[in-house]
Amino acid sequence: MTTSTEPGFEVRLYRPKVPRFWWARRPSYLLFILRELSSLFVAWFVAFLLVLVYAVGQGAAAYQDFLDFAANPFVIAVNVVALAFVVLHAVTFFQAAPQTTVVRLRGRRVPPALLAVPIFGGWVVVSAFLIWLVVLA
Amino acid sequence: MTVTHDVIIVGGGGAGLRAAIAVAETDPGLSVAVVSKVYPMRSHTVSAEGGAAGAIADDDSFEEHIYDTISGSDWLADQDAVEAFVREAPEQLLQLEHWGCPWSREPDGTVAVRPFGGMRKKRTWFAADKTGFHMLHTLFQTTLKYPPVTRYDEWFVTKLLIEDGRVAGVVAIELMSGRIETLLARSVILASGGCGRVFPFTTNAAIKTGDGMALAYRAGVPLKDMEFVQYHPTGLPFTGILITEAARAEGGWLLNKDGYRYLQDYDLGQPTEQPVLRSMELGPRDRVSQAFVGEVEKGRTIDSRYGPVTHLDLRHLGAKVIDSKLPFVRELCRKYEKIDPVTDLIPVRPVVHYVMGGVHTDSNGATPLPGLYAAGEVACVSINGANRLGSNSLPELVVFGARAGVAAARHAAEHPPASSPAIEAQARDEHRRLQDLLGRTGGTERLADVREQMQHVMEGSAGIYRDGGSLAKAAGTLRELQERAGAATIDDPSRTFNTELTSALELSAMLDLAECMVHSAWRREESRGAHQRTDFPARDDERFLAHSMASRDPDGVPHVSYLPVTITGWPPGERIYGR
Amino acid sequence: MQDRITLQVARYRPEQESKPTFDEYEVPLREDWAVLDGLNYVKDRLDGTLSYRWSCRMGICGSCGMTANGEPVLSCAAFLSDFAPGPVRIEPLRNFPVIRDLVIEMTDFMHKLGRVKPWIINEQEPAEGAHGEYLQTPAELEDYHQYSMCINCMLCYSACPVYGLDPSFVGPAAIALAQRYNLDSRDEGDALRMAELSSHDGVWGCTFVGECTKACPKGVDPAGAIQRYKVTAATDAAKSLLLPRAAGR
Repeated sequence: MTTSTEPGFEVRLYRPKVPRFWWARRPSYLLFILRELSSLFVAWFVAFLLVLVYAVGQGAAAYQDFLDFAANPFVIAVNVVALAFVVLHAVTFFQAAPQTTVVRLRGRRVPPALLAVPIFGGWVVVSAFLIWLVVLA
Repeated sequence: MTVTHDVIIVGGGGAGLRAAIAVAETDPGLSVAVVSKVYPMRSHTVSAEGGAAGAIADDDSFEEHIYDTISGSDWLADQDAVEAFVREAPEQLLQLEHWGCPWSREPDGTVAVRPFGGMRKKRTWFAADKTGFHMLHTLFQTTLKYPPVTRYDEWFVTKLLIEDGRVAGVVAIELMSGRIETLLARSVILASGGCGRVFPFTTNAAIKTGDGMALAYRAGVPLKDMEFVQYHPTGLPFTGILITEAARAEGGWLLNKDGYRYLQDYDLGQPTEQPVLRSMELGPRDRVSQAFVGEVEKGRTIDSRYGPVTHLDLRHLGAKVIDSKLPFVRELCRKYEKIDPVTDLIPVRPVVHYVMGGVHTDSNGATPLPGLYAAGEVACVSINGANRLGSNSLPELVVFGARAGVAAARHAAEHPPASSPAIEAQARDEHRRLQDLLGRTGGTERLADVREQMQHVMEGSAGIYRDGGSLAKAAGTLRELQERAGAATIDDPSRTFNTELTSALELSAMLDLAECMVHSAWRREESRGAHQRTDFPARDDERFLAHSMASRDPDGVPHVSYLPVTITGWPPGERIYGR
Repeated sequence: MQDRITLQVARYRPEQESKPTFDEYEVPLREDWAVLDGLNYVKDRLDGTLSYRWSCRMGICGSCGMTANGEPVLSCAAFLSDFAPGPVRIEPLRNFPVIRDLVIEMTDFMHKLGRVKPWIINEQEPAEGAHGEYLQTPAELEDYHQYSMCINCMLCYSACPVYGLDPSFVGPAAIALAQRYNLDSRDEGDALRMAELSSHDGVWGCTFVGECTKACPKGVDPAGAIQRYKVTAATDAAKSLLLPRAAGR
């Protein structure tokens, strides 16, 4: 049985478009994009270190060539920028880490904010040791 | 186009969703539709905080819960219904637990129970202080696993269709598009909640406008005990936001402006350090709210920007108890009063919270109209009588939601669907009526003004204390307001999600219910439970141990008759608290 | 303190226009008024044609999500005085199609909730206590309790750029809800939810922007729920590679 109602009508939804530069509109989104970009610079550092190790393995001449290359102002500039991004990468990584796991102490969950202390503390200690090892010793 | 189901449930809160599951489990072959003007998660069940009573403790018994409920109701509850309710409450709450409801637990993993107002023993199950929220979400998520349950989210039911003296379906507006549809069914269950928004200060959400009660009333079903409106003693002053009774169950005190626990002056017992069940702050809600009015009259309340208030003191409970048992209370106070209950006194006042009255049903949720059922706050069985005890309404949803679902499923299985030109004609008339409303853009005043006037009249004449003179006057004013509402402007002529139209429909429903409340209150010349007459201050069992039944006259005015209360094992006695 | 504030409210009347416009309204600025009170003032006194969702006005029903000055908020929990001197720009929740004015279309969200099988699934009944309840200690309750606090307000979907760019992403609230059941000691349905969650549109669509957790008014921490599940899913994948019989338990 049909009851006459008025003809069914369309609902005209408005679908807003995501703006092209959506990531530039909020500081938090911008930070996110920079964080993601930082992986490229992490990859650069890894590659740089691998080439360094390889050069050392090839002997004094190859090592000297590498050092000359690394002393190039352009390469230094790239490495400074890369360092900034890698630090950003590390900081955001350690900030995010507590949120991904649940650590229990005596039956209660340790608040994520508290986990930041051992994580960042550990990073500082390890970095201090490496700096001492590579630069000072 | 018309849609057909076997059972239609109007309202998607605790009772409606429980009923849907009950239909699906009783007979998986039936198609059941849940039609709600909001998405189910928004239903007002979500704001219930304190807990749900179910007698399970070793030192507790069904008899005691029954007695507490009957005495709490000031002997107006139907005792056979109370017996059934109390016996089924624990099993329904247990069913919720099996469905995942996160009841708070004892260290050994069993369900915890806490004390509550008007109850002799600890029997209130709770999920922190968001019991209604957890129950509703558990029920909603559980309905998702039953394929026969179809949902019509944001569809506003405007009329019950009746044929041959029985229910045949509903007419509803799909809010998103504005199209008006006819939904046919063999049984209809009303589970659309109460109507606290008839009053200006209420814990109730915007959606509590009594639409379902009005649907039944206009279809010729009487509304029972409408004069019994519960004021919850502790609502926040501006917003009316609920501060759960659990705060008092955990040991909170009510203080007047002198820091004095004033309830001791109102025959509710003597103040003690620890809460004593059925005494002082754990007295029944009607008496605790009435005490507030007493304090106002003695000039011992605190003046706030929003009128007189008293103070709820939780400071002595300490942060640990508050954070584990009352975290939502702390959150609400910080957000809406900018105070911290750990260190500050909470300003509170009685606000309308629950309507004991509603659509007349029996203990299976059946109304006098064949095929029409009702469950939850929309219904009046009655298990709450003249005053409801806190933590009885959440189990009420699931006990009677399930009963109504089973009964409606049986009815649907036994009766053929209705279909006739008469129904088509009714539906067409309703379409025309709604379309005419949309054209009313040039009205004489704003809906909000009429609504506020109604609320003002109700608070003044049908509040905690009433008298014949002001009730009579209120009845006249409400008649006038009905006319004015019928001429008020509806700014919005569009079809797409027209909330002005729904406001107009809701206001019309509320005015019908307000009239029922006022007429029922006017005719009841006694004081009982939440209905207190200054001109008739005593309870009168001889004349009024009966339910008021408000039925709609042809001219739209309610006419009140009486139905005796069913007494089984508990003859009327004195309500004693605190001694 | 100033006593009025201007609201710039997005309007969309599909029967009249093809895209949104803005209307301005001046409303009283009261100390305890939320944005919602301002909108109610507009609707009651100034312009009854404004449509928006609201109900409980206490932050528990989840109806009133919208965007205020670019932030996803519950209009009942955002106070006008925090936006003073104003104006306050009020728009519908981002990342959703708009039905009308401030009302967004949420059927996609509702489907996603259903897809993660958000109900208790168990083959074997858990151990029962004295009253017939499935036993669950307070510690076991705490394991999932946070994820059960979601009010389905969708602020997290509005904050999530992944969902904005690709609406097929299952999304924060749905995944948190799945975790609510996965971590419930009474439930054994992890394996049944895995397909949905480990799919490309499931947790692996998330790039841990973390905005969902920031936007959540109930402290659910959906980002945490998602990353935890990535660990679970990855561990399970590794197990099924290395120990095919032990995996899938």
